[in-house]
Amino acid sequence: MKQAAHVSIPFYAQNERFSVLNVGVSNMPVILWTDAMIFLLLATILAAALWIRKRPHLVLPWHRVAKGSVGMVSLLLLSLFVLVGLLDTMHYRAALPEKSNGQTVYSAEVLSVFDALAKGIKSRSEKTYSAPLAAYLYAKESMETPDGKILRDYPRLRYGGVHLADPQRELLGDVLKRTVIGALEGLIIGVLLIAVSNMLFHFFIKLRTGRLSTVPEISKDNWIFTFTRAMKNRPFRALLITALLIAMLFGMTINLAAVYHVLGTDKVGQDVLYLALKSIRTGLVIGTVTTLVMLPFALLLGIAAGYLRGWVDDVIQYLYTVLSSIPSVLLIAAAVLMMQVYIEMHPEWFETSAARADLRLLFLCLILGVTSWTGLCRLLRGETLKLRELEYIQAAQAFGVSTSRILTRHIVPNVMHIVLIAVVMDFSSLVLAEAVLSYVGVGVDPSTMSFGTLINSARLEMGREPMVWWTLAAAFGFMLVLVLAANLFADAVRDAFDPRLNRTEAVA
Amino acid sequence: MIAYLIRRILYAIPILIGVNLLTFSLFFVVNTADDMARMQLGMKRVTPEAIEKWKQQHGYDKPLLFNAHAEGARKISDTIFFQKSARMFAFDFGSSNDGRNVAREIQTRMMPSLAIALPTFLIGLLIYITFALLMTLFRATALDMLGVSLCVLLMSISGLFYIIGGQFVASKLWHWVPISGYAGGIDSIKFVLLPVLIGVMGSVGASSRWYRTIFLEEIGKDYVRTARAKGLSELRVLFRHVLKNAMIPILTGVVVVIPLLFMGSLLTESFFGIPGLGSYTIDAINAQDFGVVRAMVFLGSMLYIAGLVLTDISYTIVDPRVRLQ
Repeated sequence: MKQAAHVSIPFYAQNERFSVLNVGVSNMPVILWTDAMIFLLLATILAAALWIRKRPHLVLPWHRVAKGSVGMVSLLLLSLFVLVGLLDTMHYRAALPEKSNGQTVYSAEVLSVFDALAKGIKSRSEKTYSAPLAAYLYAKESMETPDGKILRDYPRLRYGGVHLADPQRELLGDVLKRTVIGALEGLIIGVLLIAVSNMLFHFFIKLRTGRLSTVPEISKDNWIFTFTRAMKNRPFRALLITALLIAMLFGMTINLAAVYHVLGTDKVGQDVLYLALKSIRTGLVIGTVTTLVMLPFALLLGIAAGYLRGWVDDVIQYLYTVLSSIPSVLLIAAAVLMMQVYIEMHPEWFETSAARADLRLLFLCLILGVTSWTGLCRLLRGETLKLRELEYIQAAQAFGVSTSRILTRHIVPNVMHIVLIAVVMDFSSLVLAEAVLSYVGVGVDPSTMSFGTLINSARLEMGREPMVWWTLAAAFGFMLVLVLAANLFADAVRDAFDPRLNRTEAVA
Repeated sequence: MIAYLIRRILYAIPILIGVNLLTFSLFFVVNTADDMARMQLGMKRVTPEAIEKWKQQHGYDKPLLFNAHAEGARKISDTIFFQKSARMFAFDFGSSNDGRNVAREIQTRMMPSLAIALPTFLIGLLIYITFALLMTLFRATALDMLGVSLCVLLMSISGLFYIIGGQFVASKLWHWVPISGYAGGIDSIKFVLLPVLIGVMGSVGASSRWYRTIFLEEIGKDYVRTARAKGLSELRVLFRHVLKNAMIPILTGVVVVIPLLFMGSLLTESFFGIPGLGSYTIDAINAQDFGVVRAMVFLGSMLYIAGLVLTDISYTIVDPRVRLQ
């Protein structure tokens, strides 16, 4: 018996190591509702991209977007946020080392790939607040000195700066050293990555054009030449500089985060950088899934009202007048309140608390979608009213083309630019709205990490002395970068797609 | 004009009925009255008697739409729909969970809301339009670029930041004004100053940019070229011609919100502790006081419809070509 127990210990340890290596095998993948929506959205975008690629007149405005430096730099920033969001979307439940009746038991906690990657900053939690890059706790505590006296002082942190013998003397030097080394490392890796991708791009071009290309520039067959040629392109230069700056920032953060809390810790000692990065997914979900939900309604009803007119138009107009006449915050508040009661009444639906919080997030998206489709619907109705009087539609009608075919072949493609502009313009306002709604108490579940919940939890700490400013600063900072990038990209898209805007700018 | 007004008001009735039905189904069909009672009394260990008592006290013990047990007209009137929703048409909003009359509460809280919302609206409008006109005047120069970039930056900052930052700087660092609170009469100025300032700041980016687009659209039109050809100065063209002709799109966005000013602002009021309708709504949301939220939804949509009618009337004032019939 004793021997059996002795044997089983290394076996468990082995099993655990095994589970870390094979995430897919021993852990249970979890697809939450919003995950499914995000994957659906990704599939839609990919399909649309493939469809557009073959049609030069649809590619043209995107070329115009690619020619603007501001648009491309903001797209780069946005894609970094999207990357974090996507990593945070792949959820799983870790297998527990104990088994019951030979079946693997899974942890009740739903983790994501991002959690696994950021395991370091996730698990190193302190007792309570600590300032960014600090080695001491924010609050004083009673401590026993080696000679038995009770002393009230700031205790050392459990993880932040533990490698320093005397933080008061060494901290600044250590931080500076790590910052510089991190920046240099980031720069070197960034340059290497760019060089490799440039070589790949060069060979790709060579493959496509063939070795015996008639284009003299490519026949020079030198990847450095490809690079210098690309550097003449202004957006490419801007992108390159931004990418290198980001690589440096990444290097610094990773180097510092290994031993410090870069953005401090919150009330229960969680790393604020981790919380802020986790909030990104919530913001992205609100900004995109809402649109995905409302788009079919707005498109279908708007076009139907504009094209069919008569009683259909009356009914649809009535519908959106009723919905838009209720102030949106109040409608959202009322709907979220009702949904909260509904979810509380049915706790048996949810296996994990993450599933519950996620359903609430999805509901919030649905409700935001309901309140925000009316504007787009009205725009589409107006545009369709205009389009249906144009000659080519009249000709199609005269040829006896069926209504559904006219709608799909002639109307929908010609209002798509309005849809696209509306979608990219809505994104940033939805991200901002989430923070406000969560503050008001009708936003995401309090257990969901979001910019709103972060701000809400940190708001009351402004009155403390010395002030706890880092949580707020982190939340507002991340939000500003995300929303600013989204706004700038939206402007670039609008400038490229809106025919009306181009004309007025030409005149002005 | 009178005939038009009457028609518009008649047209508003089906919309209000729609709003009423929507809120009714939201509040009473999604969850049963039992669910709400359990929510109010605490989720666990609630006896059925306690639920029945709560329902009776708050008038939720009736059938939803049709009372088969009642006599005559009371078959319709003795229901939750009639008692709780239909009576809102007569401004009878019932009472809140703590037994106060919601209609009276709304009356007393309207003034503080208005004291914040009206100055914010007027000062804001003045600043946004001035800023937009300046950008139009210097269009396609570095100044314009700077202005637009500033607008994009300002509109990318969360409204919460303006409030929290403003409170911190003005009240805690510089001790200009009290951090929150409200008093009636002349004293109210010091309480109103900061919320108004922050309210104006909060939408300066988005609004100025929006007005700039309107002005730029007008400036490309033929009459502007004619005015310039007559030798008018650019300033005169902007103020006498462009501003006047841009009135229709401006009014479309502006007049609708005037009646809604009564509702106050949810965020500003709750941050600054102003006893207006906005903070009333927030408190009701947090206390899950369905009666109050219902009343506010109805009031809000009524004011919105009033705003639409006002917009149409304002068109006739600025544009003699528009006739209401």
